[in-house]
Amino acid sequence: MLSMTTAPAPREITTQPRRSDRIFRRVVTAGGLSSLVILSLITIFLAYRGFEVLRQEGLRFITSSQWSITTDDAGNVVESHFGLAAMLVGTILCAFIAVVIALPISVASALFLNFYSPQWLKKFLVAVIDMMAAFPSILFGIWGFLVLMPSAEYWAKILNHHLGFIPVLKIAPYVVTRSPFVAGVVLAIMIIPIITSVSREVFSQTPLDRIQAAYALGATRWGMIKAVVLPYGRSGVIGGAMLGLGRAMGETVAVFTVLNIVFQVNWHILLGAGGNVASLIILKFGEASPYEIKALMAAGLVLFILTLMVNAIADLIVKKTGKSGR
Amino acid sequence: MSSLSARGIHAWFGKHHALEDISLDFAPGTVTALIGPSGCGKSTFIRTLNRMHEFIPSAAMAGEVLLDGKDVYAPGTDVTKIRLQIGMVFQKPNPFPSMTIGENVLSGLKLAQLKVDNKDDLLEECLERAGLWKEVKDRLGAHGGSLSGGQQQRLCIARALAVKPQVLLMDEPCSALDPGSTLRIEETIRHLSESMTIVIVTHNMQQAARVSDHTAFFLSDGGPGHMVEFAPTNEIFSRPKDKRTEDYVTGRFG
Repeated sequence: MLSMTTAPAPREITTQPRRSDRIFRRVVTAGGLSSLVILSLITIFLAYRGFEVLRQEGLRFITSSQWSITTDDAGNVVESHFGLAAMLVGTILCAFIAVVIALPISVASALFLNFYSPQWLKKFLVAVIDMMAAFPSILFGIWGFLVLMPSAEYWAKILNHHLGFIPVLKIAPYVVTRSPFVAGVVLAIMIIPIITSVSREVFSQTPLDRIQAAYALGATRWGMIKAVVLPYGRSGVIGGAMLGLGRAMGETVAVFTVLNIVFQVNWHILLGAGGNVASLIILKFGEASPYEIKALMAAGLVLFILTLMVNAIADLIVKKTGKSGR
Repeated sequence: MSSLSARGIHAWFGKHHALEDISLDFAPGTVTALIGPSGCGKSTFIRTLNRMHEFIPSAAMAGEVLLDGKDVYAPGTDVTKIRLQIGMVFQKPNPFPSMTIGENVLSGLKLAQLKVDNKDDLLEECLERAGLWKEVKDRLGAHGGSLSGGQQQRLCIARALAVKPQVLLMDEPCSALDPGSTLRIEETIRHLSESMTIVIVTHNMQQAARVSDHTAFFLSDGGPGHMVEFAPTNEIFSRPKDKRTEDYVTGRFG
Protein backbone atom coordinates (compact mmCIF):
# COMPACT_ATOMS: atom_id res chain seq x y z
CA MET A 1 0.00 0.00 0.00
CA LEU A 2 1.13 3.45 -0.74
CA SER A 3 1.35 5.59 2.30
CA MET A 4 0.89 9.29 1.82
CA THR A 5 2.46 11.71 4.20
CA THR A 6 1.81 15.36 3.58
CA ALA A 7 4.30 17.89 4.90
CA PRO A 8 2.67 20.31 7.31
CA ALA A 9 2.15 23.90 6.23
CA PRO A 10 4.89 26.14 7.62
CA ARG A 11 3.90 27.84 10.86
CA GLU A 12 3.66 31.55 11.10
CA ILE A 13 6.32 32.71 13.53
CA THR A 14 5.50 35.80 15.53
CA THR A 15 6.81 37.57 18.56
CA GLN A 16 5.43 40.14 20.93
CA PRO A 17 8.12 42.84 21.32
CA ARG A 18 8.37 44.65 24.61
CA ARG A 19 7.04 48.15 24.96
CA SER A 20 10.53 49.68 25.24
CA ASP A 21 11.58 47.88 22.08
CA ARG A 22 8.54 49.17 20.19
CA ILE A 23 9.23 52.74 21.26
CA PHE A 24 12.89 52.52 20.33
CA ARG A 25 11.95 51.04 16.98
CA ARG A 26 9.73 54.03 16.24
CA VAL A 27 12.42 56.50 17.24
CA VAL A 28 15.07 54.99 14.97
CA THR A 29 12.58 54.55 12.15
CA ALA A 30 11.76 58.24 12.35
CA GLY A 31 15.45 59.06 12.26
CA GLY A 32 16.02 56.79 9.33
CA LEU A 33 13.17 58.19 7.31
CA SER A 34 13.82 61.85 8.11
CA SER A 35 16.58 62.22 5.52
CA LEU A 36 14.32 60.73 2.90
CA VAL A 37 11.51 63.10 3.84
CA ILE A 38 13.77 66.16 3.85
CA LEU A 39 15.25 65.23 0.50
CA SER A 40 11.86 64.67 -1.10
CA LEU A 41 10.55 67.95 0.26
CA ILE A 42 13.52 69.81 -1.24
CA THR A 43 13.02 68.07 -4.56
CA ILE A 44 9.32 68.88 -4.59
CA PHE A 45 10.07 72.49 -3.69
CA LEU A 46 12.64 72.88 -6.46
CA ALA A 47 10.43 71.16 -9.01
CA TYR A 48 7.43 73.26 -8.01
CA ARG A 49 9.34 76.54 -8.22
CA GLY A 50 11.19 75.64 -11.40
CA PHE A 51 8.34 73.98 -13.21
CA GLU A 52 7.26 77.01 -15.25
CA VAL A 53 10.74 77.58 -16.64
CA LEU A 54 11.30 73.92 -17.33
CA ARG A 55 8.05 73.72 -19.28
CA GLN A 56 8.86 76.82 -21.29
CA GLU A 57 12.45 75.84 -22.13
CA GLY A 58 11.96 72.11 -22.45
CA LEU A 59 15.07 70.18 -23.40
CA ARG A 60 16.82 73.43 -24.32
CA PHE A 61 17.29 74.00 -20.60
CA ILE A 62 20.11 71.48 -20.62
CA THR A 63 21.23 71.67 -24.25
CA SER A 64 21.54 75.40 -24.91
CA SER A 65 24.02 77.77 -23.35
CA GLN A 66 22.18 81.04 -23.51
CA TRP A 67 21.16 82.75 -20.27
CA SER A 68 19.37 86.03 -20.77
CA ILE A 69 16.24 87.79 -19.63
CA THR A 70 14.75 91.04 -20.82
CA THR A 71 12.08 92.86 -18.89
CA ASP A 72 10.14 96.02 -19.70
CA ASP A 73 9.95 99.03 -17.40
CA ALA A 74 7.08 97.51 -15.44
CA GLY A 75 9.11 94.42 -14.69
CA ASN A 76 7.26 92.09 -17.04
CA VAL A 77 9.31 89.49 -18.85
CA VAL A 78 9.65 90.36 -22.53
CA GLU A 79 11.99 87.65 -23.60
CA SER A 80 13.99 84.99 -21.78
CA HIS A 81 16.41 82.20 -22.63
CA PHE A 82 17.71 79.85 -20.01
CA GLY A 83 20.14 77.09 -20.92
CA LEU A 84 22.51 75.25 -18.62
CA ALA A 85 24.71 73.31 -21.06
CA ALA A 86 27.87 75.33 -20.40
CA MET A 87 27.36 75.15 -16.63
CA LEU A 88 26.69 71.42 -16.69
CA VAL A 89 29.82 70.80 -18.72
CA GLY A 90 31.75 73.05 -16.35
CA THR A 91 30.35 71.24 -13.31
CA ILE A 92 31.36 67.83 -14.60
CA LEU A 93 34.70 69.02 -15.96
CA CYS A 94 35.86 70.79 -12.78
CA ALA A 95 34.70 67.96 -10.53
CA PHE A 96 36.36 65.38 -12.75
CA ILE A 97 39.67 67.28 -12.80
CA ALA A 98 39.43 67.53 -9.02
CA VAL A 99 38.95 63.78 -8.56
CA VAL A 100 41.70 62.90 -11.03
CA ILE A 101 44.14 65.06 -9.08
CA ALA A 102 42.87 64.24 -5.58
CA LEU A 103 42.45 60.48 -5.85
CA PRO A 104 46.11 59.43 -6.23
CA ILE A 105 47.21 61.92 -3.58
CA SER A 106 44.54 60.71 -1.16
CA VAL A 107 45.22 57.01 -1.70
CA ALA A 108 48.95 57.58 -1.29
CA SER A 109 48.45 59.54 1.90
CA ALA A 110 46.03 56.94 3.29
CA LEU A 111 48.57 54.21 2.58
CA PHE A 112 51.31 56.26 4.17
CA LEU A 113 49.24 56.88 7.29
CA ASN A 114 48.30 53.22 7.68
CA PHE A 115 51.46 51.41 6.72
CA TYR A 116 54.48 53.69 6.75
CA SER A 117 53.98 56.58 9.13
CA PRO A 118 55.30 56.44 12.70
CA GLN A 119 52.51 56.62 15.30
CA TRP A 120 53.13 60.18 16.49
CA LEU A 121 53.21 61.56 12.95
CA LYS A 122 50.07 59.62 12.08
CA LYS A 123 48.12 61.20 14.94
CA PHE A 124 49.32 64.64 13.96
CA LEU A 125 48.56 64.21 10.25
CA VAL A 126 45.11 62.76 10.87
CA ALA A 127 44.29 65.82 12.97
CA VAL A 128 45.58 68.12 10.23
CA ILE A 129 43.57 66.34 7.53
CA ASP A 130 40.40 66.47 9.63
CA MET A 131 40.99 70.16 10.13
CA MET A 132 41.38 70.57 6.39
CA ALA A 133 37.96 68.97 5.91
CA ALA A 134 36.39 71.54 8.22
CA PHE A 135 38.13 74.48 6.58
CA PRO A 136 35.68 77.05 5.10
CA SER A 137 35.60 76.73 1.33
CA ILE A 138 35.83 80.49 0.77
CA LEU A 139 39.33 80.37 2.22
CA PHE A 140 40.31 77.71 -0.30
CA GLY A 141 38.83 79.96 -2.96
CA ILE A 142 40.82 82.97 -1.81
CA TRP A 143 43.97 80.89 -1.62
CA GLY A 144 43.31 79.71 -5.16
CA PHE A 145 42.74 83.27 -6.29
CA LEU A 146 45.79 84.82 -4.64
CA VAL A 147 48.33 82.01 -4.70
CA LEU A 148 47.37 79.34 -7.16
CA MET A 149 46.16 81.47 -10.05
CA PRO A 150 49.42 83.32 -10.73
CA SER A 151 51.45 80.14 -10.62
CA ALA A 152 48.84 78.06 -12.41
CA GLU A 153 49.30 80.20 -15.45
CA TYR A 154 52.89 79.04 -15.60
CA TRP A 155 51.91 75.37 -15.28
CA ALA A 156 49.10 75.71 -17.74
CA LYS A 157 51.49 77.12 -20.32
CA ILE A 158 53.85 74.22 -19.80
CA LEU A 159 50.98 71.72 -20.09
CA ASN A 160 49.76 73.42 -23.23
CA HIS A 161 53.21 73.56 -24.74
CA HIS A 162 54.13 69.93 -24.15
CA LEU A 163 50.77 68.20 -24.11
CA GLY A 164 48.90 70.54 -26.45
CA PHE A 165 48.24 67.64 -28.82
CA ILE A 166 45.67 66.36 -26.32
CA PRO A 167 42.49 68.20 -27.31
CA VAL A 168 41.41 69.22 -23.80
CA LEU A 169 44.81 70.73 -23.05
CA LYS A 170 44.99 72.87 -26.18
CA ILE A 171 44.36 76.59 -26.05
CA ALA A 172 44.85 79.19 -28.68
CA PRO A 173 45.18 82.42 -26.73
CA TYR A 174 46.69 82.36 -23.27
CA VAL A 175 43.67 83.17 -21.14
CA VAL A 176 44.45 80.62 -18.55
CA THR A 177 44.14 82.29 -15.20
CA ARG A 178 40.48 81.70 -14.42
CA SER A 179 40.22 78.32 -16.07
CA PRO A 180 38.52 75.03 -15.12
CA PHE A 181 42.01 73.71 -14.49
CA VAL A 182 42.57 76.18 -11.66
CA ALA A 183 39.10 75.50 -10.27
CA GLY A 184 39.79 71.78 -10.48
CA VAL A 185 43.00 72.14 -8.49
CA VAL A 186 41.23 74.16 -5.78
CA LEU A 187 38.45 71.58 -5.63
CA ALA A 188 41.00 68.78 -5.52
CA ILE A 189 42.53 70.25 -2.40
CA MET A 190 39.09 70.55 -0.87
CA ILE A 191 38.16 66.92 -1.47
CA ILE A 192 41.50 65.36 -0.53
CA PRO A 193 40.52 65.17 3.18
CA ILE A 194 37.31 63.25 2.59
CA ILE A 195 38.80 60.78 0.12
CA THR A 196 41.83 60.33 2.39
CA SER A 197 39.80 59.64 5.49
CA VAL A 198 37.44 57.20 3.76
CA SER A 199 40.41 55.38 2.19
CA ARG A 200 42.31 55.34 5.47
CA GLU A 201 39.30 53.82 7.19
CA VAL A 202 38.86 50.97 4.68
CA PHE A 203 42.58 50.28 4.46
CA SER A 204 42.79 50.02 8.23
CA GLN A 205 40.10 47.33 8.19
CA THR A 206 42.12 45.02 5.97
CA PRO A 207 42.03 41.65 7.74
CA LEU A 208 45.26 41.11 9.63
CA ASP A 209 45.49 37.44 8.69
CA ARG A 210 45.69 38.33 5.00
CA ILE A 211 48.36 40.93 5.64
CA GLN A 212 50.34 38.35 7.61
CA ALA A 213 49.82 35.75 4.91
CA ALA A 214 51.40 38.08 2.37
CA TYR A 215 54.33 38.97 4.62
CA ALA A 216 54.90 35.33 5.49
CA LEU A 217 55.31 34.65 1.77
CA GLY A 218 58.21 37.05 1.62
CA ALA A 219 56.26 40.05 0.36
CA THR A 220 57.69 43.51 0.52
CA ARG A 221 55.41 46.12 2.05
CA TRP A 222 54.46 47.44 -1.36
CA GLY A 223 53.90 43.88 -2.61
CA MET A 224 51.62 43.21 0.35
CA ILE A 225 49.68 46.44 -0.30
CA LYS A 226 49.18 45.54 -3.96
CA ALA A 227 48.09 41.98 -3.24
CA VAL A 228 45.95 42.50 -0.17
CA VAL A 229 45.18 46.08 0.83
CA LEU A 230 44.25 47.56 -2.54
CA PRO A 231 41.93 44.73 -3.62
CA TYR A 232 40.27 44.84 -0.21
CA GLY A 233 39.91 48.62 -0.14
CA ARG A 234 39.04 49.21 -3.78
CA SER A 235 35.30 49.54 -3.42
CA GLY A 236 35.70 51.79 -0.39
CA VAL A 237 38.13 54.02 -2.24
CA ILE A 238 35.73 54.31 -5.15
CA GLY A 239 33.01 55.21 -2.69
CA GLY A 240 35.24 57.89 -1.17
CA ALA A 241 36.07 59.25 -4.61
CA MET A 242 32.38 59.53 -5.38
CA LEU A 243 31.73 61.39 -2.14
CA GLY A 244 34.51 63.74 -3.19
CA LEU A 245 33.04 64.05 -6.68
CA GLY A 246 29.67 64.88 -5.18
CA ARG A 247 31.16 67.55 -3.02
CA ALA A 248 33.16 68.98 -5.93
CA MET A 249 30.06 69.16 -8.13
CA GLY A 250 28.09 71.03 -5.54
CA GLU A 251 30.85 73.40 -4.48
CA THR A 252 29.85 77.01 -4.92
CA VAL A 253 31.99 79.70 -3.37
CA ALA A 254 35.43 78.33 -4.13
CA VAL A 255 34.59 77.85 -7.79
CA PHE A 256 32.92 81.23 -7.97
CA THR A 257 36.11 82.85 -6.70
CA VAL A 258 38.48 81.34 -9.22
CA LEU A 259 36.43 80.69 -12.34
CA ASN A 260 35.22 83.00 -15.09
CA ILE A 261 31.54 82.31 -15.53
CA VAL A 262 31.00 82.34 -19.25
CA PHE A 263 27.96 80.97 -21.02
CA GLN A 264 29.78 78.95 -23.58
CA VAL A 265 30.51 75.25 -23.57
CA ASN A 266 34.24 74.90 -22.94
CA TRP A 267 36.02 71.56 -22.91
CA HIS A 268 39.46 73.16 -22.91
CA ILE A 269 40.48 72.92 -19.32
CA LEU A 270 43.21 75.54 -19.60
CA LEU A 271 40.97 78.17 -21.15
CA GLY A 272 39.60 80.79 -18.85
CA ALA A 273 35.91 80.15 -19.37
CA GLY A 274 33.36 77.91 -17.76
CA GLY A 275 31.44 77.87 -14.54
CA ASN A 276 29.36 75.39 -12.66
CA VAL A 277 25.70 75.22 -11.81
CA ALA A 278 26.17 76.15 -8.18
CA SER A 279 28.32 79.18 -8.97
CA LEU A 280 25.78 80.29 -11.56
CA ILE A 281 23.11 80.27 -8.90
CA ILE A 282 25.18 82.37 -6.52
CA LEU A 283 26.16 84.77 -9.33
CA LYS A 284 22.58 85.43 -10.43
CA PHE A 285 20.62 84.97 -7.24
CA GLY A 286 21.16 88.43 -5.72
CA GLU A 287 19.80 90.48 -8.59
CA ALA A 288 17.46 88.02 -10.20
CA SER A 289 13.87 88.89 -11.07
CA PRO A 290 11.17 86.57 -9.74
CA TYR A 291 11.04 84.74 -13.04
CA GLU A 292 14.80 84.26 -13.17
CA ILE A 293 14.69 82.93 -9.61
CA LYS A 294 12.44 80.19 -10.93
CA ALA A 295 15.04 79.41 -13.57
CA LEU A 296 17.68 79.19 -10.85
CA MET A 297 15.47 76.81 -8.87
CA ALA A 298 15.18 74.65 -11.96
CA ALA A 299 18.97 74.79 -12.29
CA GLY A 300 19.22 73.60 -8.70
CA LEU A 301 16.91 70.71 -9.51
CA VAL A 302 19.06 69.72 -12.47
CA LEU A 303 22.21 69.83 -10.31
CA PHE A 304 20.46 67.71 -7.73
CA ILE A 305 19.46 65.11 -10.33
CA LEU A 306 22.99 65.12 -11.76
CA THR A 307 24.40 64.42 -8.31
CA LEU A 308 21.91 61.62 -7.79
CA MET A 309 22.90 60.09 -11.11
CA VAL A 310 26.58 60.21 -10.25
CA ASN A 311 25.88 58.55 -6.90
CA ALA A 312 23.80 55.85 -8.56
CA ILE A 313 26.61 55.13 -11.01
CA ALA A 314 29.08 55.03 -8.13
CA ASP A 315 26.86 52.56 -6.31
CA LEU A 316 26.78 50.38 -9.35
CA ILE A 317 30.56 50.46 -9.69
CA VAL A 318 31.03 49.61 -6.03
CA LYS A 319 28.62 46.69 -6.30
CA LYS A 320 30.25 45.38 -9.46
CA THR A 321 33.83 45.60 -8.24
CA GLY A 322 33.36 45.36 -4.52
CA LYS A 323 32.97 41.69 -3.82
CA SER A 324 36.04 40.05 -5.25
CA GLY A 325 38.51 41.69 -2.92
CA ARG A 326 36.61 41.02 0.27
CA MET B 1 67.89 20.89 3.79
CA SER B 2 68.58 23.70 6.17
CA SER B 3 69.09 23.54 9.85
CA LEU B 4 67.35 25.93 12.15
CA SER B 5 68.31 26.74 15.73
CA ALA B 6 66.99 29.09 18.33
CA ARG B 7 69.51 30.39 20.86
CA GLY B 8 68.36 32.03 24.07
CA ILE B 9 65.16 33.52 22.68
CA HIS B 10 63.32 36.02 24.88
CA ALA B 11 60.25 37.93 23.79
CA TRP B 12 58.46 40.95 25.19
CA PHE B 13 55.26 42.80 24.44
CA GLY B 14 55.92 46.23 25.86
CA LYS B 15 56.85 45.58 29.50
CA HIS B 16 55.32 42.11 29.50
CA HIS B 17 57.99 39.42 29.38
CA ALA B 18 56.27 36.69 27.35
CA LEU B 19 59.00 34.22 26.64
CA GLU B 20 62.14 33.33 28.56
CA ASP B 21 65.34 31.83 27.28
CA ILE B 22 64.27 29.25 24.73
CA SER B 23 67.02 27.30 22.98
CA LEU B 24 66.01 24.61 20.50
CA ASP B 25 67.59 22.84 17.56
CA PHE B 26 65.35 21.72 14.71
CA ALA B 27 67.10 18.93 12.86
CA PRO B 28 66.70 18.95 9.06
CA GLY B 29 63.85 16.80 7.83
CA THR B 30 62.14 16.42 11.18
CA VAL B 31 58.82 17.52 12.59
CA THR B 32 58.96 19.28 15.92
CA ALA B 33 55.75 19.82 17.85
CA LEU B 34 55.37 22.63 20.39
CA ILE B 35 52.75 21.86 23.00
CA GLY B 36 51.59 23.60 26.12
CA PRO B 37 48.58 25.42 27.59
CA SER B 38 47.28 28.66 26.06
CA GLY B 39 49.38 31.69 26.81
CA CYS B 40 52.62 29.79 27.30
CA GLY B 41 54.30 31.51 24.37
CA LYS B 42 54.37 28.74 21.74
CA SER B 43 52.93 30.94 19.01
CA THR B 44 55.08 33.86 20.05
CA PHE B 45 58.09 31.60 19.81
CA ILE B 46 57.48 30.35 16.28
CA ARG B 47 56.71 33.88 15.17
CA THR B 48 60.16 34.93 16.30
CA LEU B 49 61.62 32.25 14.00
CA ASN B 50 60.52 33.90 10.76
CA ARG B 51 60.48 37.43 12.12
CA MET B 52 56.70 37.81 12.14
CA HIS B 53 56.96 38.76 15.81
CA GLU B 54 58.16 42.26 14.97
CA PHE B 55 54.86 43.21 13.28
CA ILE B 56 53.24 43.67 16.65
CA PRO B 57 53.91 47.21 17.83
CA SER B 58 55.90 47.24 21.08
CA ALA B 59 57.13 43.68 20.47
CA ALA B 60 60.77 43.07 21.32
CA MET B 61 63.04 40.03 21.36
CA ALA B 62 66.49 38.89 22.39
CA GLY B 63 68.61 35.95 21.36
CA GLU B 64 69.51 34.50 17.98
CA VAL B 65 67.73 32.46 15.33
CA LEU B 66 70.28 30.64 13.22
CA LEU B 67 69.32 29.47 9.74
CA ASP B 68 72.22 27.43 8.39
CA GLY B 69 74.37 29.09 11.01
CA LYS B 70 73.41 32.64 10.06
CA ASP B 71 71.47 34.85 12.44
CA VAL B 72 68.20 35.92 10.79
CA TYR B 73 68.18 39.02 12.98
CA ALA B 74 71.67 40.10 11.92
CA PRO B 75 71.83 43.78 10.95
CA GLY B 76 71.43 44.28 7.22
CA THR B 77 69.40 41.10 6.70
CA ASP B 78 66.66 41.28 4.08
CA VAL B 79 63.71 40.07 6.09
CA THR B 80 61.71 39.14 2.99
CA LYS B 81 64.42 36.63 2.04
CA ILE B 82 64.19 35.08 5.49
CA ARG B 83 60.46 34.59 5.16
CA LEU B 84 60.94 32.97 1.76
CA GLN B 85 63.15 30.35 3.37
CA ILE B 86 61.00 29.93 6.46
CA GLY B 87 57.39 29.61 5.35
CA MET B 88 54.35 29.80 7.60
CA VAL B 89 50.84 28.40 7.78
CA PHE B 90 48.41 30.10 10.12
CA GLN B 91 45.71 28.97 12.49
CA LYS B 92 42.85 30.27 10.37
CA PRO B 93 42.97 29.45 6.65
CA ASN B 94 43.71 32.75 4.93
CA PRO B 95 43.69 32.43 1.14
CA PHE B 96 43.59 35.71 -0.78
CA PRO B 97 39.92 36.12 -1.65
CA SER B 98 40.56 38.30 -4.69
CA MET B 99 42.59 35.54 -6.35
CA THR B 100 41.68 32.22 -7.91
CA ILE B 101 42.94 28.92 -6.54
CA GLY B 102 45.78 28.87 -9.07
CA GLU B 103 46.69 32.50 -8.42
CA ASN B 104 46.69 31.84 -4.69
CA VAL B 105 49.21 29.05 -5.00
CA LEU B 106 51.52 31.14 -7.15
CA SER B 107 50.95 34.41 -5.28
CA GLY B 108 54.22 34.10 -3.38
CA LEU B 109 56.20 34.22 -6.61
CA LYS B 110 54.58 37.50 -7.54
CA LEU B 111 54.89 38.96 -4.06
CA ALA B 112 58.57 38.11 -3.83
CA GLN B 113 59.21 38.80 -7.53
CA LEU B 114 60.56 35.33 -8.23
CA LYS B 115 60.72 33.85 -11.69
CA VAL B 116 59.97 30.22 -12.56
CA ASP B 117 60.21 28.49 -15.90
CA ASN B 118 57.06 26.45 -15.80
CA LYS B 119 54.30 27.79 -13.63
CA ASP B 120 51.88 24.99 -14.49
CA ASP B 121 54.29 22.33 -13.29
CA LEU B 122 54.96 24.22 -10.10
CA LEU B 123 51.25 24.71 -9.52
CA GLU B 124 50.55 21.02 -9.90
CA GLU B 125 53.54 20.02 -7.79
CA CYS B 126 52.58 22.27 -4.89
CA LEU B 127 48.93 21.24 -4.91
CA GLU B 128 49.98 17.61 -5.16
CA ARG B 129 52.31 17.94 -2.19
CA ALA B 130 49.62 19.69 -0.19
CA GLY B 131 47.22 16.84 -1.03
CA LEU B 132 44.77 19.07 -2.85
CA TRP B 133 45.51 18.50 -6.53
CA LYS B 134 42.85 15.85 -7.19
CA GLU B 135 40.12 17.94 -5.62
CA VAL B 136 40.83 21.20 -7.42
CA LYS B 137 42.56 20.35 -10.69
CA ASP B 138 39.40 20.99 -12.68
CA ARG B 139 38.62 24.32 -11.10
CA LEU B 140 41.88 26.16 -10.69
CA GLY B 141 40.12 29.28 -11.94
CA ALA B 142 37.58 29.27 -9.11
CA HIS B 143 38.03 31.62 -6.18
CA GLY B 144 39.81 30.34 -3.09
CA GLY B 145 36.82 31.20 -0.96
CA SER B 146 34.72 28.55 -2.71
CA LEU B 147 36.67 25.76 -1.00
CA SER B 148 35.84 24.15 2.34
CA GLY B 149 37.86 25.16 5.40
CA GLY B 150 40.09 22.10 5.21
CA GLN B 151 40.70 22.60 1.51
CA GLN B 152 41.48 26.26 2.11
CA GLN B 153 44.08 25.31 4.69
CA ARG B 154 45.70 22.87 2.26
CA LEU B 155 45.59 25.63 -0.35
CA CYS B 156 47.51 27.81 2.11
CA ILE B 157 50.05 25.02 2.55
CA ALA B 158 50.42 24.73 -1.24
CA ARG B 159 50.86 28.52 -1.39
CA ALA B 160 53.60 28.36 1.22
CA LEU B 161 55.35 25.54 -0.67
CA ALA B 162 55.44 27.43 -3.98
CA VAL B 163 58.32 29.65 -2.90
CA LYS B 164 60.36 26.57 -1.94
CA PRO B 165 60.95 27.20 1.75
CA GLN B 166 63.48 25.12 3.67
CA VAL B 167 61.47 25.29 6.85
CA LEU B 168 57.71 25.36 7.35
CA LEU B 169 56.17 26.80 10.52
CA MET B 170 52.61 25.79 11.31
CA ASP B 171 50.69 27.67 13.98
CA GLU B 172 47.85 25.37 15.06
CA PRO B 173 47.01 24.59 11.43
CA CYS B 174 44.12 22.28 12.28
CA SER B 175 42.43 24.04 15.16
CA ALA B 176 39.70 25.42 12.92
CA LEU B 177 39.12 22.16 11.04
CA ASP B 178 37.02 19.03 11.39
CA PRO B 179 38.65 15.64 12.19
CA GLY B 180 38.61 14.45 8.58
CA SER B 181 40.40 17.53 7.29
CA THR B 182 42.78 17.35 10.22
CA LEU B 183 43.76 13.84 9.21
CA ARG B 184 44.42 14.91 5.63
CA ILE B 185 46.67 17.69 6.83
CA GLU B 186 48.56 15.40 9.15
CA GLU B 187 49.24 13.07 6.21
CA THR B 188 50.48 16.07 4.28
CA ILE B 189 52.79 17.04 7.13
CA ARG B 190 54.32 13.55 7.28
CA HIS B 191 54.84 13.67 3.56
CA LEU B 192 56.43 17.10 3.57
CA SER B 193 58.83 16.24 6.36
CA GLU B 194 60.74 14.05 3.92
CA SER B 195 61.93 17.15 2.15
CA MET B 196 61.76 19.94 4.69
CA THR B 197 61.97 20.89 8.34
CA ILE B 198 58.65 21.45 10.05
CA VAL B 199 57.74 23.14 13.32
CA ILE B 200 54.12 22.79 14.41
CA VAL B 201 52.29 24.38 17.30
CA THR B 202 49.35 22.30 18.44
CA HIS B 203 46.89 22.03 21.26
CA ASN B 204 46.02 18.53 20.24
CA MET B 205 48.21 16.04 22.07
CA GLN B 206 47.26 13.15 19.80
CA GLN B 207 48.24 15.25 16.86
CA ALA B 208 51.66 15.94 18.35
CA ALA B 209 52.07 12.22 19.01
CA ARG B 210 50.98 11.31 15.49
CA VAL B 211 53.01 13.73 13.39
CA SER B 212 56.11 14.80 15.27
CA ASP B 213 59.58 13.37 15.83
CA HIS B 214 60.38 15.72 18.69
CA THR B 215 58.18 17.53 21.12
CA ALA B 216 58.84 20.58 23.24
CA PHE B 217 56.61 21.32 26.19
CA PHE B 218 56.17 25.03 27.01
CA LEU B 219 54.66 26.35 30.21
CA SER B 220 54.01 29.67 31.86
CA ASP B 221 53.40 29.53 35.59
CA GLY B 222 52.42 33.14 36.03
CA GLY B 223 55.73 34.46 34.72
CA PRO B 224 57.13 34.38 31.20
CA GLY B 225 56.67 31.20 29.16
CA HIS B 226 59.59 28.82 29.20
CA MET B 227 60.45 25.39 27.90
CA VAL B 228 60.03 22.63 30.45
CA GLU B 229 61.15 19.70 28.39
CA PHE B 230 62.35 18.85 24.90
CA ALA B 231 62.72 15.22 23.85
CA PRO B 232 61.81 12.69 21.19
CA THR B 233 58.04 12.59 20.96
CA ASN B 234 57.61 9.01 22.19
CA GLU B 235 59.65 9.82 25.30
CA ILE B 236 57.58 12.92 26.08
CA PHE B 237 54.40 10.88 25.90
CA SER B 238 55.60 7.64 27.49
CA ARG B 239 58.19 8.61 30.10
CA PRO B 240 58.46 12.36 30.55
CA LYS B 241 61.25 13.47 32.86
CA ASP B 242 59.36 16.39 34.37
CA LYS B 243 56.31 15.95 36.57
CA ARG B 244 54.61 18.99 34.94
CA THR B 245 55.02 17.48 31.46
CA GLU B 246 53.49 14.26 32.69
CA ASP B 247 50.54 16.08 34.23
CA TYR B 248 49.96 17.97 31.00
CA VAL B 249 50.24 15.11 28.51
CA THR B 250 48.05 12.87 30.64
CA GLY B 251 45.42 15.59 30.78
CA ARG B 252 45.68 16.37 34.47
CA PHE B 253 45.89 20.08 33.82
CA GLY B 254 45.89 22.60 30.96
